[in-house]
Amino acid sequence: MIDKTVADAASAVADIPDGATVMIGGFGRAGQPVELIDALIAHGARNLTIVNNNAGNGDTGLAALLAKGQVRKIVCSFPRQSDSWVFDDLYRAGRIELELVPQGNLAERIRAAGAGIGAFFSPTGVGTELATGKEERVIDGRRYVLEYPITADFALISALKGDRWGNLVYRETARNFGPVMATAATTTIVQVDEIVPLGSLDPEAVVTPGIFVNRVVAVGERHWLQGGSFVGGVDLEGKPADAAEEEAA
Amino acid sequence: MSTRITRDELAARIAADIPEGAFVNLGIGAPTLVANYLPEDLEIILHTENGLLGMGSAPVDGQVDPDLINAGKQAVTAVPGAAYFHHADSFAMMRGGHLDVCVLGAFQVAQNGDLANWSTGAPGAIPAVGGAMDLAIGAKDVYVMTDLLAKDDSSKLVAECTYPLTGVGCVSRVYTDHAVFDVTPEGFRVREAFGENTVASLSELTGLELQ
Repeated sequence: MIDKTVADAASAVADIPDGATVMIGGFGRAGQPVELIDALIAHGARNLTIVNNNAGNGDTGLAALLAKGQVRKIVCSFPRQSDSWVFDDLYRAGRIELELVPQGNLAERIRAAGAGIGAFFSPTGVGTELATGKEERVIDGRRYVLEYPITADFALISALKGDRWGNLVYRETARNFGPVMATAATTTIVQVDEIVPLGSLDPEAVVTPGIFVNRVVAVGERHWLQGGSFVGGVDLEGKPADAAEEEAA
Repeated sequence: MSTRITRDELAARIAADIPEGAFVNLGIGAPTLVANYLPEDLEIILHTENGLLGMGSAPVDGQVDPDLINAGKQAVTAVPGAAYFHHADSFAMMRGGHLDVCVLGAFQVAQNGDLANWSTGAPGAIPAVGGAMDLAIGAKDVYVMTDLLAKDDSSKLVAECTYPLTGVGCVSRVYTDHAVFDVTPEGFRVREAFGENTVASLSELTGLELQ
């Protein structure tokens, strides 16, 4: 019997070694696998290279991992945001390395890694400083730069539901980097709200087939859902909307 | 008569040029205002690069959904007929030439269509590019929405960009508070001048030969 389910987040990330390259899903906070990141913080692996679209928001999730000094390098498209103070301080202090990649090239380099593509020519970034030193070619009259895949030892992603084979469905724009990162890492670890019985996910609706997934851990339903239905009452961070208003006051 | 229109008037002016059936990406900042002026009776489909076609307006109070955001990481809704997809598919829509229009902000636009809108190149600044370079080359028509003059009164339409480039020769039209300019092989052509502006007065403001 195939069973990729893992009892808890701590055991799911327990073998991530120092120096590993770890892809972390999410766009801002949407789709960020916060419970897996918290487990990685508790686990304590250091000297990590992180691949994410951003470089952390506020003081939780990826930002907390950075704050613990566990990250040597980050590969992302958009580190600087209004609430990226943890990264900003580390970067200005020279304590973290940054590889800045245009967002679509980031997604496609990850996709290429998972799809076994050795490299590809992209029109994005041509003639800009982010293409400096990259091989350029004109194909059918259009300029392209050569981009290489981004692989990882581990991917930590978040999905809505999964089964014991690792089949996944996502929710709304929280899908973002999950499906491509799942394909590109040697070991893909997924947190889901709920592990459902094999056969209960509609095969027509499965977004990530289980072949790309190694471990699935259930972390409980997100606060803004109840029995699978959206109930709202939260702010963009998923905190109760009333509490956020009190904090603001 | 004045020589400038307001930002909302400019957003309405851009919206009027977007046809029914168009797939449109509105960049972060002022371009998002364009959505407020798209006629409700036309089916114009908004794309947000974090993975949604059919983006709707902001949610009502109490209905914020942290899983449903736009590229600016603001809460949005999805209209009937919307579709979600992952990032590689989303940027394939852009890079692959499937989007009809994108509207972007700018620091500078050069007369050959070069765009600078992601970095001022200031020393010590933390670089962040996001989807700017993909958007710049990622639609059949790339429109820029901007004030004609920067805060220091320098022209944002220039002979050559001095800020770091976002894309090369990618802009097709520039909507400013003074006039609308098309990018042509011969440089900027004044498509429509607002208020008392003339080709001559705009040439003086920009220091460029205009048509």
